[in-house]
Amino acid sequence: MVDNDRDFYGQEWKEDRGEKSSTYLDASELVLNMGPQHPSTHGVLRVILKLDGEKVLGTECVIGYLHRGVEKIGENRTYTMFAPYVDRMDYVAAVSNGLGYCTAVEKLINVEAPPRAQYIRVIMTELQRIASHQVWLGTHALDIGAMTPLFYTFRDREEILKIFEKYCGARLTTHAFRIGGCQYETYEGFEKEVKKVCAFMEPKFGEYEELLTTNRIWVERTKGVGKLNGDECKALGVTGPVLRASGVKWDLRKAQPYSGYDKFEFDIPVGENGDTYDRYMVRVKELHQSLRIIRQAVDNIPEGPILAKVPKVLKPPVGEIYHSIEAPKGELGYFIVSDGSLQPYRMRIRPPSFVNLQALDKMVRGLLVADVVAVIGTLDIVLGEVDR
Amino acid sequence: MAEEHKPDATPPAGTQPAEKPAADVKSLPPTLPSSSTTAETKPAVPAAPVKPVAPAKPAGPVPVPWDNEFIHGLKTVYESGIRETSTYLGQNYMVVDASILTEILQDYRDDEGFDYLVDLTAVHYPKREKAEFEIVYILYSFVKNERVRVKTQIADGESVPSATAIWPTANWLEREVFDMFGIRFEGHPDLKRILLPDGWKGHPLRKEYGILQQDKEWVQINLGIESGQ
Amino acid sequence: MLDQLTGYLSSNLTPGAAGNSLWALIYILLIFAGVSFFVMLMNWVERKALAHFQIRLGPMRVGPHGLLQPIADAVKLMTKEDVIPAGADKTIFWMAPVWVVLTGFTTLIVVPFGPTHAVTDMNIGILYMLGISSLGVLGIIMAGWASNSHYPLMGSLRSSAQMVSYEVAMGLAIVSAIMMTSFTGYGMYGAGTAAGTGTLSMIQIVEAQKAQHVWFVFKFFPLGFIAFGIFAIAMIAETNRAPFDLPEAESELVAGFHTEYSGLRWSLFMLAEYAGMFAVSSIAATLWLGGWMRPFPNALAGPTWDLAFSLVPGALLLLVAVAAFYNAARMPKHLAMRIQTLGLWGLGAVIALVGLIMLIPAVRVRIADISWFVMKVGFFMYLYIWYRATFPRYRFDQLMRVGWKVLLPVALGVLIVTGIAGLTPELLAWAKGAR
Repeated sequence: MVDNDRDFYGQEWKEDRGEKSSTYLDASELVLNMGPQHPSTHGVLRVILKLDGEKVLGTECVIGYLHRGVEKIGENRTYTMFAPYVDRMDYVAAVSNGLGYCTAVEKLINVEAPPRAQYIRVIMTELQRIASHQVWLGTHALDIGAMTPLFYTFRDREEILKIFEKYCGARLTTHAFRIGGCQYETYEGFEKEVKKVCAFMEPKFGEYEELLTTNRIWVERTKGVGKLNGDECKALGVTGPVLRASGVKWDLRKAQPYSGYDKFEFDIPVGENGDTYDRYMVRVKELHQSLRIIRQAVDNIPEGPILAKVPKVLKPPVGEIYHSIEAPKGELGYFIVSDGSLQPYRMRIRPPSFVNLQALDKMVRGLLVADVVAVIGTLDIVLGEVDR
Repeated sequence: MAEEHKPDATPPAGTQPAEKPAADVKSLPPTLPSSSTTAETKPAVPAAPVKPVAPAKPAGPVPVPWDNEFIHGLKTVYESGIRETSTYLGQNYMVVDASILTEILQDYRDDEGFDYLVDLTAVHYPKREKAEFEIVYILYSFVKNERVRVKTQIADGESVPSATAIWPTANWLEREVFDMFGIRFEGHPDLKRILLPDGWKGHPLRKEYGILQQDKEWVQINLGIESGQ
Repeated sequence: MLDQLTGYLSSNLTPGAAGNSLWALIYILLIFAGVSFFVMLMNWVERKALAHFQIRLGPMRVGPHGLLQPIADAVKLMTKEDVIPAGADKTIFWMAPVWVVLTGFTTLIVVPFGPTHAVTDMNIGILYMLGISSLGVLGIIMAGWASNSHYPLMGSLRSSAQMVSYEVAMGLAIVSAIMMTSFTGYGMYGAGTAAGTGTLSMIQIVEAQKAQHVWFVFKFFPLGFIAFGIFAIAMIAETNRAPFDLPEAESELVAGFHTEYSGLRWSLFMLAEYAGMFAVSSIAATLWLGGWMRPFPNALAGPTWDLAFSLVPGALLLLVAVAAFYNAARMPKHLAMRIQTLGLWGLGAVIALVGLIMLIPAVRVRIADISWFVMKVGFFMYLYIWYRATFPRYRFDQLMRVGWKVLLPVALGVLIVTGIAGLTPELLAWAKGAR
């Protein structure tokens, strides 16, 4: 069962090892600390690298710098009061977090959001997916040295944030949805603006690809770097674009549809080799697919109420539920245990970045220091979500 | 499956006084449908909107027993080790003894193809005797597109075998459970705190740990300030 | 002394050749001042151009359109606290930037701004430049070592390895250009050698291009072009600029070998970097792009063409002045912006004046060579900035692979084929004679 001669990746322990720490040091090795303050660890992440020259022998991630105790807070707030906290976890894709939370609680109280609310939710979530991937693309390219895509993606993301601001008043921590549907009706001209943004965005994606996809230097820096095959991904619990790039065609929007996603037609981009280049291609293709979904949704928004009848004083029945959605980073799950009172008994959030970050050690063994930065970027982690 | 709740329009106002008895009932340990206590307590602890005095309302969702070939096979092998298998709101779960936990998980992975450990977490029920912590494993099978929850209950101070040998995902998830609850996992390669600083005393997600509580000593030593608040 | 001063004016030799040390000194000071001014200008151009590539504006506040930003930066850097890390080797720590600047500027004494406009025209000019720039690597190693810290050490070692490897490819590309100077053939594919016309002197290389009626970049097309391309890539690696700037990469090693340097010392490194860029760009311009010559000096000869081309520098400056006026007119009409707007009008006026002066025939003739040379060097500078905005960074092992496994074999191949091409008449004659 547990092999005491090998660590859990099957690597042999050194013989005269005193403590079984993965950063045990040998004479020919160098321990390099990519400290919590570093331009390329997106957020406060500390990675302790054990190097042999420039080759990475092992890593250890030290996290928790951004731990705010969100799960504990969840036990002390009512369900509706907790919703804004959820945005602050993956602060790059706040709308997705909100969608996951609201759908989980709705499942717990056995309420379904009305169709109009579902369409609005889908539009907002897919716009947020585009914005989140744009942030990822800009910062990832910057880590590898291409300075310019950062500005292009952030400039284009502004258009999406403008829509968010008009819809719910905030650009980043949106609190866009409520339990039971949406609070705000779409503003006048919403559909037109969304369509305009879609038309505006499509050639921009072409711009990003022009700068990077066939660029020889980009290809050399990303092909073959950080490989992870499908079985390793499943064993490590890695989900999201990382899993899809390794060849596993699995997307929660298709496998277990929520919020009306089964009404839309879209493809799931899949990669082959599971390296950084494939993850890049998968996310870029997801951008296009998100546009597709948004266009279908915007053309067909049904009329009707936007908020289901949910009691003001929300006391779900005693029970527990696990519900997950396909956030831009992976499978974002909420495990809510209710004891029948106003406040959740246990609010567990399964963060995709936390589980994906575990795979870092496996992915960077044998690579060079410069690749560690590329791999951290390609995992698309947000420390707010990792630490909660 | 239960249908939509009727809105709590007039009845709550009318039955405000009736809330009180329900509240008293709730001061008992919050018994979830999956609790290990005997079946008599189940009807005595109704879900909040379903009160015996209220006008006829649809009953809230209740856990329904769940069975299939695999479960049947497990039950024949482990008999009493498997305490309960039910479905609540369409989600299947089972409660097993801690002693057969590893075998069950291994069977799930090997025989049923649940190759993905979605989540590993714990819930603290301080008022339950001998079963304070409930450790929840959420498994998913790509092939079947199904999720299942495997739960086990342990007392305070007991430890559970680690699942890292079965799914490497469990590594950090178990470290987090240890960090937040203090539950030790036997056989974990590197069980130490993950989110909180290494020298922190206390396990925050336990119910007796106050929301505003902090390890003042650690803060004073390491940060040099009087208190973090 | 006075006749040293005036006696030189009528000669048509470089001060070095004329043995006139006073004028040599004057030229040195002119070059030093000019290159320093150029470095400040480059700083501004780089920030503005990079910003415009990235859909933003760059410095706009310090002076109109940020024109005084380099001065502000210089003042800031000079007044900064001089921080020396605790365990640093103090002597070497201060020596490193001095060394790098020294070697960076010493290369510039053979750079030919015109047929007699160089401090001295050594007959081993190009070899001298290569040699001195190799010495600069020592300064970088000193910087990394003296800093007594992980990151700078790794950065300096990488940097030096990179510079040394690309010097090989650079050298081979240069050799093939040198070889071309010894051909006597006319035009793009003219070949043939005559004894003793091959030269390492920078001025003579340009003269050879003039004599052969072709820029070496087009000689034996595509051979000259490939050699030029190899040099163009190697020179970027030589100066540690993107896409070969891993040693300076912020996201990986903080700032490489100059991490621990701040204030004036750091600005000396930057000065040396830009001076180095200027030096290698001038090698590229001299060896392949015809140096100070205007386009088509032989094909489009004659007084009208001469006139037309000689008007170009002045016309360009006038265009710049028009751009300045246009932007000054577009400046916000706000009370707080009065001084800046006035400044920009003034700058435009000064540039227009200089442009007009450059159109005066007497001046035109004298200034033509220098302007064309500076324009060609400026083209390379713009390429530097363009590359920095566009390309991601090469990883270090990929960088070394490109230097050794791609550029070096191609350079060798080009060298051999150029030699064969140049010897074609002799080879043919020998083949005929052998029959």
